Amino acid sequence: MWFEDLMFFLAAIGALAGALGVVVLRNPFYSVLALVGHLIALAVLFLLLQAEFLAAAQVVVYAGAVMVLYVFVVAYIGGSDEPLRPEGGAVAAFGPIFAVALGIELVIAFAASGLQALDSQGADVGAAFGSPGQIGSLLLQQYLVPFEAASYLLLVAAVGAVVLARRRRGLEEEDDDDERRREAPVETLEVRV
Amino acid sequence: MDVVWFLILSAFIFCIGAAGVLTRRNPLVILLCLELMLNAGNLSLIAFARMWGDGGGQVFALIVMVIAACEVVIGLGIIVAMYRARLPIDVDEMSELRG
Repeated sequence: MWFEDLMFFLAAIGALAGALGVVVLRNPFYSVLALVGHLIALAVLFLLLQAEFLAAAQVVVYAGAVMVLYVFVVAYIGGSDEPLRPEGGAVAAFGPIFAVALGIELVIAFAASGLQALDSQGADVGAAFGSPGQIGSLLLQQYLVPFEAASYLLLVAAVGAVVLARRRRGLEEEDDDDERRREAPVETLEVRV
Repeated sequence: MDVVWFLILSAFIFCIGAAGVLTRRNPLVILLCLELMLNAGNLSLIAFARMWGDGGGQVFALIVMVIAACEVVIGLGIIVAMYRARLPIDVDEMSELRG
């Protein structure tokens, strides 16, 4: 059991350090890298909670695919340093105060709650708990409607990203659009022939 | 490990993410901090799933990952559109969205 405790504290320190790095580092590129470390530490925590499939999905989908998207966008728009403390005023100073208050409140809610089960290791589960087979059977039997809704949501998001990122008539792209309009009738003529 | 340790860790991560959303001004970093908050929620869900021995919490965490991926795609699309329109990449300067 001491090995699990050691792994928990190592992964917890890694996750907290990664999260702090995301917030504190000034260059967005380093923030993305800190988030990758945070996500991998979270995957270790998921393994400790017997969520093998989710740990693998976290590393492959999150730390792999989504973070690559972030790195591309940071490289595209250029990571510009920003001052951590904005010069403008009293409202911005309340941010950390709100966050600390929220943290204290949540810790009190967890640690001082009367739920006996919180202080236990949890229910006895078999080795199949959290395996891909169990997640798959749950997704296709008990949670079929959320599964389908999530797939439609992904489709909508993909279409929305294409609409957002398309070339539109802006100041510098008018010439391209004009050329395309001039070419369009020619193409239809060719199709008719 | 007791479940409560995981919950306290998740509370701390959530608060760090909330502090980032409230203080940072670069929309990219704000999206990253939103990811932090969603991941803290995932950790809680999986801890509760382990506590009750119920796989439903893990399925819920998987759906949250899907939502997070959608949010990233749309958010980054908006940021790229801002960059193309030569707007400053700063949430304090951006006060309206109009296609």
